Amino acid sequence: MEYIIIIISAIFVNNIVLAQFLGVCPFLGVSNKVSTSFGMAGAVTFVMVLATMVTYLIYTYILVKLGIAFMQTITYILVIAALVQMVEIILKKISQPLYQALGIFLPLITTNCAVLGVTLLVIKKHYNLLEGVVYSAATAIGFGLALVILAGIREQLDLLNVPKGMKGAPISLITAGILALAFMGFSGIVR
Amino acid sequence: MSLAKQFTKGFFRENPILVLLIGMCPTLATTTSAINGLGMGIATTFVLTSSNVVISLLAKYIPDKVRIPSFIVVIASFVTIVDLVMQAYVPGLYETLGIFIPLIVVNCIVLARAEAFASKNKLLPSFLDGLGMGLGFTMALGILGTIREILGSGSVFGYKFIKGDGILVFILAPGAFIALGYLIAFINKVRKA
Repeated sequence: MEYIIIIISAIFVNNIVLAQFLGVCPFLGVSNKVSTSFGMAGAVTFVMVLATMVTYLIYTYILVKLGIAFMQTITYILVIAALVQMVEIILKKISQPLYQALGIFLPLITTNCAVLGVTLLVIKKHYNLLEGVVYSAATAIGFGLALVILAGIREQLDLLNVPKGMKGAPISLITAGILALAFMGFSGIVR
Repeated sequence: MSLAKQFTKGFFRENPILVLLIGMCPTLATTTSAINGLGMGIATTFVLTSSNVVISLLAKYIPDKVRIPSFIVVIASFVTIVDLVMQAYVPGLYETLGIFIPLIVVNCIVLARAEAFASKNKLLPSFLDGLGMGLGFTMALGILGTIREILGSGSVFGYKFIKGDGILVFILAPGAFIALGYLIAFINKVRKA
């Protein structure tokens, strides 16, 4: 039951992008096409779950044991950077088209605040390892959901006659705002 | 480009938020009021300026292949300093900004300036660039925070000027996206005209 609450809360109620503003850069950057956003969501999910596991173990068994918990930020960002590098190498090997499509955004996962944010939140919320993994997976799904929905809307928006000043980022932001408004409808489900 | 231009380009022409559209996450999250926005802006400015200075000094000695991780370590060190200092001296603001203080590490602006400017320029221009960009960022956050505070809670810097609540949605998540969207649209309009 606890896990179900964590999952629902992470995907819908406290959606990482639309309610917590983490990972807005890739959210706006790769949401032009539905296919690319699926790829990005996949890459983020993989990195996020892996990063949560690794950073959790490092935090509990190394940083806390040695009494250097203040090194958290530095350690985490290095772990994430290394993981992203690894995913990039693997992806280049097994799926060239996906690698081409994600292009610049793959290295940018390093500076995707959603990944670092989730690893920090897992510690802050005092989750254990399993809860942490479930939470990070659900968060990544929530990120992917928001990304794919926005991409779908933006594909339609391209066909419309948007006022000049509104083209590009502004209209995407306002669309995202309305999307966030819709997601607020879930807020009663979980405390 | 003259030094004065290096300093002022971040204010308007290359404003990181309003023109370059980078560093959106803290912008949206911390601008629930003008004070919060400015606090975040100042913390980021400190990190940006210090890391620009250190990176411009170290750039010669860092091998090209490992430059990004090295930059990140420098940035993360300054973020840790800010984190500890704010926890000690402004606990209230620290509580409000919460997770977004450690997240300055992954603020695209900081890494972008390190990579695009500080690693290729000398100490003084890098310092001015960092300070200017940081102030431009702070300004954008201040403007957005003020707008959202006026609309959302009917107050400016905590001084209330209407009775009752404002349009609550503006201090909640959707209002952040919508307010920033209209602000950028306005800037686009002004710049093109």
